[in-house]
Amino acid sequence: MIVPAYFDFDFFWSVLWPPWHSPFLAAAVLVLVMTVVAQTTGVLLGFPLALGRTSRNRLVRLPVDFYLWLFRGTPLLLQILFWYDGLSELTGNPKYLYPITRNALVAGTLALALNEAAYMTEIIRAGLQAIDPGQFDAARALGMRQRQVMLRIVIPQALRIIVPPTFNEYINMSKNTSLLSVIAVAELLDTAQAYFAVNFRYFEALSLAAVYYLAITSLLTAIQRRIEARFGERRDIPMPAMLPFWRRAIGLAGPMR
Amino acid sequence: MKEPVIKARGVHKRYHALEVLKGIDLDVAAGEVVVMMGPSGSGKSTFLRCLNHLEKIDQGRIEINGHLIGYRELPGGRLAEQPDRVVARSRSQIGMVFQRFNLFGHMTVIENVMEAPVQVRGLARAVARERAQALLKQVGLADKASAYPARLSGGQQQRVAIARALAMDPKVMLFDEPTSALDPELVGEVLDTMKSLARSGMTMVCVTHEVGFAREVADRAVLMDDGVIVEEAHPDRFFGSPQHPRTKQFLSKIL
Repeated sequence: MIVPAYFDFDFFWSVLWPPWHSPFLAAAVLVLVMTVVAQTTGVLLGFPLALGRTSRNRLVRLPVDFYLWLFRGTPLLLQILFWYDGLSELTGNPKYLYPITRNALVAGTLALALNEAAYMTEIIRAGLQAIDPGQFDAARALGMRQRQVMLRIVIPQALRIIVPPTFNEYINMSKNTSLLSVIAVAELLDTAQAYFAVNFRYFEALSLAAVYYLAITSLLTAIQRRIEARFGERRDIPMPAMLPFWRRAIGLAGPMR
Repeated sequence: MKEPVIKARGVHKRYHALEVLKGIDLDVAAGEVVVMMGPSGSGKSTFLRCLNHLEKIDQGRIEINGHLIGYRELPGGRLAEQPDRVVARSRSQIGMVFQRFNLFGHMTVIENVMEAPVQVRGLARAVARERAQALLKQVGLADKASAYPARLSGGQQQRVAIARALAMDPKVMLFDEPTSALDPELVGEVLDTMKSLARSGMTMVCVTHEVGFAREVADRAVLMDDGVIVEEAHPDRFFGSPQHPRTKQFLSKIL
């Protein structure tokens, strides 16, 4: 078959518009849902892991270190295949694992979340450790208990450091969902594949996916800016440790000003 | 004689091989103001931090109002560290003011002062707010209640820190070089606040090199050097006719 060297605009446009007839829109919604679920799970898992990582108790620290070593030391793509294909083979695929081993969407989102938890752990740990030890001293000297010190004094201040890079992770996550095409989750790249596998219009199909990815990342960046602006209102709060993170967050996620 | 408010006996503290406190004995009576001086690294700040168990001690014992701080006595006389809950309760009766103020940056001035009464004592917010307002008035900062700490000068921040500590009705106030991080022109306002506190009968232990403050309100001055107390005397005698050569040497440098 001969692939003619031109951009098939009619094909491109017919799939792009109107969007509510396009399978790409459904795929984009799926990407957004997976991003929010996987990333939020990663954030929630990251907090206890970060506290464990900074623990003085070796028995708490060691399992966390092992987790980070494992999940940051292997490729995400490998981890996705492990949860979907590897797990069933390892366990003989018992019935109670069907929700994972027979459901690519669940297995894939789980893989993304567990992997992301390892990275969030480091972001949260850095945020917690950026807090001046004097804040701990003052809170403890007032008679606050360890839990109160963390919840009332340390974490609220650490959040200002943690939020910007976390938003970056949401944006990265939206793009990492494309890896789930290998286990045939009907996300954007998989949808593009379904087209070019039939008509060989690779460029057009991939462009369609790209348009939707750009829409998603632009949306997330706009939300990030709004949150950033809200933080900016309270300039009376000194956060010297936050500056480098802001720069990085803005630098990666949007244009530098 | 009445039981002292602070009673420290043979306090030792080591960081690995380095022994920073080599057996400190100190009694402080109710209402007494003790000033601790000494070269940097002499262990005076460490000792202060041991008094409210911000630092563990390796040997000896510290009692505040007759109760062991940070430890409980096992049958046989050995000491075991208390759980967080108990240590926290002990600390809530001891006020501490730090060299670098350590105000909570995410809270307004009045929230800083209200935080511990509400969270630790369970005081109603309205009551805590009223009391905090009164304390801020006492340190001359009633008009700064809704400002964030970063908007305040160092002297103002330190006065808020004093109000924050007083909000817990402490039995003792510990001051860890409260004026060392301040610009010279701001030292006076903090010292004035401390002086009026001393005159109101508060029991105070102050690590400071402010000789004027010591002469004016202290009942006793103590010189620490290399982890031991070298000399302790009434300020008139301490500054006027120091006995120990190391006290003379130290005073010759700061006077």
